[in-house]
Amino acid sequence: MARKKAAAQPTIPRPEKIAVALIINGVETQLSLAPWTTLLDALRDHLDLTGTKKGCDHGQCGACTVLVDGRRINSCLMLAVMQDGATVTTIEGLAVDSRLHPLQQAFIDHDAFQCGYCTPGQICSAAGLITEGKAKSADEIRELMSGNICRCGAYPNIVAAIQQAMEQP
Amino acid sequence: MINFQYVRASDVADAVRQVAADPGARFIAGGTNLIDLMKEHVEHPTKLIDISRLPLKTVDETAQGGLRIGALVPNSDLAYHPLIAQRYPMLASAILAGASAQLRNMASTGGNLLQRTRCYYFYDTATPCNKREPGTGCSAITGLNRMHAILGTSEACIATHPSDMCVALAALDATVHVAGPAGERAIAFVDFHRLPEKAPHRETNLQRNEIVTAVELPARGFAANYTYLKIRDRLSYAFALVSVAAGLELEGGLIKEARLALGGVAHKPWRDPSAEAALRGQAATPATFSRAGDLLLREAKGFEHNTFKIDLARRTIVRALTQAAAGTPQSQSEKKIR
Ligand SMILES: Cc1cc2nc3c(=O)[nH]c(=O)nc-3n(C[C@H](O)[C@H](O)[C@H](O)COP(=O)(O)OP(=O)(O)OC[C@H]3O[C@@H](n4cnc5c(N)ncnc54)[C@H](O)[C@@H]3O)c2cc1C
Ligand code: SF4
Ligand code: FES
Ligand code: FES
Repeated sequence: MARKKAAAQPTIPRPEKIAVALIINGVETQLSLAPWTTLLDALRDHLDLTGTKKGCDHGQCGACTVLVDGRRINSCLMLAVMQDGATVTTIEGLAVDSRLHPLQQAFIDHDAFQCGYCTPGQICSAAGLITEGKAKSADEIRELMSGNICRCGAYPNIVAAIQQAMEQP
Repeated sequence: MINFQYVRASDVADAVRQVAADPGARFIAGGTNLIDLMKEHVEHPTKLIDISRLPLKTVDETAQGGLRIGALVPNSDLAYHPLIAQRYPMLASAILAGASAQLRNMASTGGNLLQRTRCYYFYDTATPCNKREPGTGCSAITGLNRMHAILGTSEACIATHPSDMCVALAALDATVHVAGPAGERAIAFVDFHRLPEKAPHRETNLQRNEIVTAVELPARGFAANYTYLKIRDRLSYAFALVSVAAGLELEGGLIKEARLALGGVAHKPWRDPSAEAALRGQAATPATFSRAGDLLLREAKGFEHNTFKIDLARRTIVRALTQAAAGTPQSQSEKKIR
């Protein structure tokens, strides 16, 4: 839809790019970023880590979920410059050597996707859920995974996959 | 997004100094509301002051037997904090009823208080909105207003405050601690948010150059008889149509003390002293509860698409007080409403 032009703003000096150091999937990474760069855009556009998906870009779908210092967050609503010094784990960083993460294997075993677009976010979110240790029942898994929308409706298989992964720490 | 400058505050005094020095500057904490609104071109700060590293991240016991919650405690950490879960389970439940696990990990206590309405027109810069652009009119009054307020509305704005956490904080009689150029002050939670009246762009009584440093809870936590009951269009990850935080203290079947706060119905968490007075000293029965509901809703006024909220609110009040009295609070994961 056509948007009305935002009200005239005072000219803001073009910000210097800011140095940001992140440990991404175990690799120390130096970036030089404009302040408005979200962690999601830093991963996808600056580091070519395109496993993390952009769905809504507004915190409403969970496709961009990654782990920052071990906690699951929506990378589309997080400024990269605010995370200077943080440790980030994306879907690309879950497998150890060529061994799949138990959640990745469980998603395959349970056919927990159709198009697969939500899957990296689902798996990172489930990894965060397991670390948090609050979900014991299927109801609790469903509730605490509600920040990850699956347009294909693979929910029953996603819950089954998470249950399988929870049993093998 | 939009162009802005980025600075980090070194301490609370520095944050206040920096925001006072630049009229285009805004604080950023979790960013879950501000970044969203900047992407939508609803907010256009020229400078962001990052307060997320300030040492306001602890939950401490107060001399009065309550708790002082730092403004940067993440919503999830607060909900799962053992002292909150034990002594203020209504607050834990309200937090867990809101947003998603990821968002709660990012969102801060202070930011939750200052989150802005989810009125569709407020977000849509192609439409008039008095809150976004004072004086342009309110598109919701004659437009799509299913999510909108039924209490305390004005001709200028019928938006709701979207927070769940704040509904419990209102019921618990919390206090907001703030710091500004003139020093520190405390604001009672019920006075923190404003009604829209003629100036819906002013949502709280916090001044532009003030920062929220903490939220304090008094000793009384209603841990035995409470509930947070949230009614929404889907079972999770949706804003409230109506929500009710209820807390009771019972003595031999009689209500000694009562708290009742509603979300999703007004520009601020809604409390009504007369409804609570109507509960005190009475038997904890459905008749008592519906009398309180009638009182609370006596001036409720619906619009084209949200009149259903008046009945919904009345029933949710009765159900919530019933849950609280029975000591069977609403579970936020098992969705059956009992
Ligand atoms: C998809 C989605 C669904 C959601 N669903 C719900 C829901 O169901 N229920 C619910 O309650 N909430 C919900 N939320 C809202 C969420 O709870 C808020 O966005 C969050 O609490 C804001 O906190 P923050 O720290 O991220 O704030 P920020 O975005 O960092 O800041 C918000 C505002 O507060 C100001 N600010 C922040 N901290 C301070 C401070 N210490 N002092 C002074 N000013 C400050 C900022 O300047 C800004 O104006 C949802 C959000 C999203 C994106
Ligand atoms: S209800 Fe308030 S926020 Fe919504 S369009 Fe009207 S003035 Fe704007
Ligand atoms: S892309 Fe971040 S939540 Fe949808
Ligand atoms: S598998 Fe297609 S969106 Fe989830």
